Amino acid sequence: MSTGQLPRWVDLGLIPLINLVAAFFVSGLVVILIGESPVEAVQVLIWGSLGFGEGIGFTLFYATNFIFTGLAVAVAFHAGLFNIGGEGQAYIGGLGVAAACLLLDHIVPWWVTMPFAVAGAALMGAAWAFIPGYLQATRGSHVVITTIMFNFIAASLMVYLLVNVIGEAGSMQPETRTFVEGGRLPFLTDIIPGVDFGTAPVNFSLILALLACIGVWLLIWRTRLGYEIRSYGANPDAAVYAGINPVRTIVITMMISGGLAGMMAINEVMGSQHRLLIEFVTGYGFVGIAVALMGRAHPVGIVLAAILFGMLYQGGAELSFEIPAITRDMIVVIQGLVILFAGALEYMFRPTLVRLFASRRAPAAAAG
Amino acid sequence: MFSGALRTLLSVAAAMLASAPALADPAIVYSVGGKFDGSFNESAYAGVTRFRDETGSAVREFELQRDAQSLQALRNFAGRGHAPVVAIGFNQASSMAEVATQFPNVQFAIVDMVVETPNVASYVFKEHEGAYIAGLLGAMASETGTIGFVGGMDIPIIRRFLCGYRQGAMAADPDVSVLFRMTGDTPAAFADPVRGAELARTQIRSGADVIIQAAGGTGIGVLQAVADANVLGIGTDSNQNGLHPGNVLTSIRKRVDTAVYQSFMDVRNGTFEPGVKVLGLADGGMDWVIDDNNRALITPEMKAAADQASEAISAGTLKVHDIITDGPCPFS
Repeated sequence: MSTGQLPRWVDLGLIPLINLVAAFFVSGLVVILIGESPVEAVQVLIWGSLGFGEGIGFTLFYATNFIFTGLAVAVAFHAGLFNIGGEGQAYIGGLGVAAACLLLDHIVPWWVTMPFAVAGAALMGAAWAFIPGYLQATRGSHVVITTIMFNFIAASLMVYLLVNVIGEAGSMQPETRTFVEGGRLPFLTDIIPGVDFGTAPVNFSLILALLACIGVWLLIWRTRLGYEIRSYGANPDAAVYAGINPVRTIVITMMISGGLAGMMAINEVMGSQHRLLIEFVTGYGFVGIAVALMGRAHPVGIVLAAILFGMLYQGGAELSFEIPAITRDMIVVIQGLVILFAGALEYMFRPTLVRLFASRRAPAAAAG
Repeated sequence: MFSGALRTLLSVAAAMLASAPALADPAIVYSVGGKFDGSFNESAYAGVTRFRDETGSAVREFELQRDAQSLQALRNFAGRGHAPVVAIGFNQASSMAEVATQFPNVQFAIVDMVVETPNVASYVFKEHEGAYIAGLLGAMASETGTIGFVGGMDIPIIRRFLCGYRQGAMAADPDVSVLFRMTGDTPAAFADPVRGAELARTQIRSGADVIIQAAGGTGIGVLQAVADANVLGIGTDSNQNGLHPGNVLTSIRKRVDTAVYQSFMDVRNGTFEPGVKVLGLADGGMDWVIDDNNRALITPEMKAAADQASEAISAGTLKVHDIITDGPCPFS
């Protein structure tokens, strides 16, 4: 790889920035094409996502989901695995959260329920990722195929459970009963003095998400397991030669990845909706892939990328509200362009930059 | 070039100012399917169009991308003085309850769910009554004694429809065999015409010669497969008789358009009344369509039977089983 050819700040800061600017430039052209002003669109987008307390609250709420799913993809990525089953793992994770909340919410306060909910979410997510991980490790069934299949199995299983087993009888909507106080995480607007996020459902899960970031950083760069994961990702053959057990590494990595994805359910189920309902994941698992790619699989990058996508989600909603000509499908186009430039075309500008910096450094080296 | 862009910008700004909402223009928030979903939301959109055409008044619209936006959208509309603010779909109920409490002087309406706040009109439909008529007609039209049902996502509202369909079919022919399949377990099940056609073909091979679709966009494929095999289909939500004239027995309409139009007009005329409005066959909230496309398919006996059932249901002498309130479907 050519990572060494560029200064770190260019690699981690400038390239993502250039990609982002390019994405917005193309989006601007699309906005002009439909006869609206791109400048105004950007203003509304930024105002809508960062301009007032509630907008920021929603941005952070969406970002919380993306941090969890982004971390999930990133951990697997370090082991060279492409876990695109975050969608299903988060969906199943909701079961663990709901189980804890339904059993405990009448009895204990939220901070007692929370650890059980976190454990439940992580366990269920990890269990859902275990099977694809095990099949990959022992049978070579590619996780890209199996995890995406497991998304569908998760959808079917959850509909079955919610309609036939745990759903509230006599309700049109397949969902569990609404949790009472003991099963609800507090909203940040209520616990942080002087902060007003309006009705935005950003909640305590954001703090859990940031803790998860630290945890992932420690795991990947400060533990023996993390070293094994990175070694295996960098070169599986060499890792095996060095005595790393591939089956164990793959299975454990996938389970950690699935557990992180599962924890996304805490934000939606315990933090915002206060009930388990069908389709609460709605694509957050897939956006996590873009977030992880854009954040270079590093927790700091993931937080920043998650906030960016939170801004796109929230600002995009305001945009289609303020400028009716920009429909929700347009917002999807803009989000798609960001993913395209930040993810798929990540290395488009790289060769140019490498040449640019090489030519600047060459005279300096000659002079020295 | 630059001045051109500037001019565009200015004209856009001017247009924005000009289109600033007059007070009390109605507003509507569609559910996640979007207003061109070919069934439920589109029916609501038909009500919006009718209101626009008749009154010339503007209507602000918003299509949800995910349910979390509902609260914001409803509050934005209410805060800007739009009335009524209409929410389409049961998923918006909790948001509506919250917003309606915050804006006690704004009139709200919601379709498909009940919100018990004093300024909300809730429109709910008795879909199972329409399904009963469909089952009755289907079983009478069938020559093989086997009829089919292709549902969308496997959720209670679709199961209720299936139960009404079975009850109606068994009323016409106690020995009828009703085949049924749901398309899937994600909302994509309402937008998968290819799969719908596949499921319909399977049922046709198993002997079904009348198939109803309760699957939104997926149903378009069901009706296509039915027309290809030259058997009969039954449309739902909007009038689909014209899609394949001669192959669509009838369409069971759910008059979301009437509910939306009515709520807009009520506020405009100052006759808005909050509360629950249950729309079934009796009040025209559900109906079935005879037009030039299917007149030849409906025999006088069928029409008489359907009319008779419709009257009995409206009068309350015939009760159609509702799985939501009455428990699991007893007809199988």
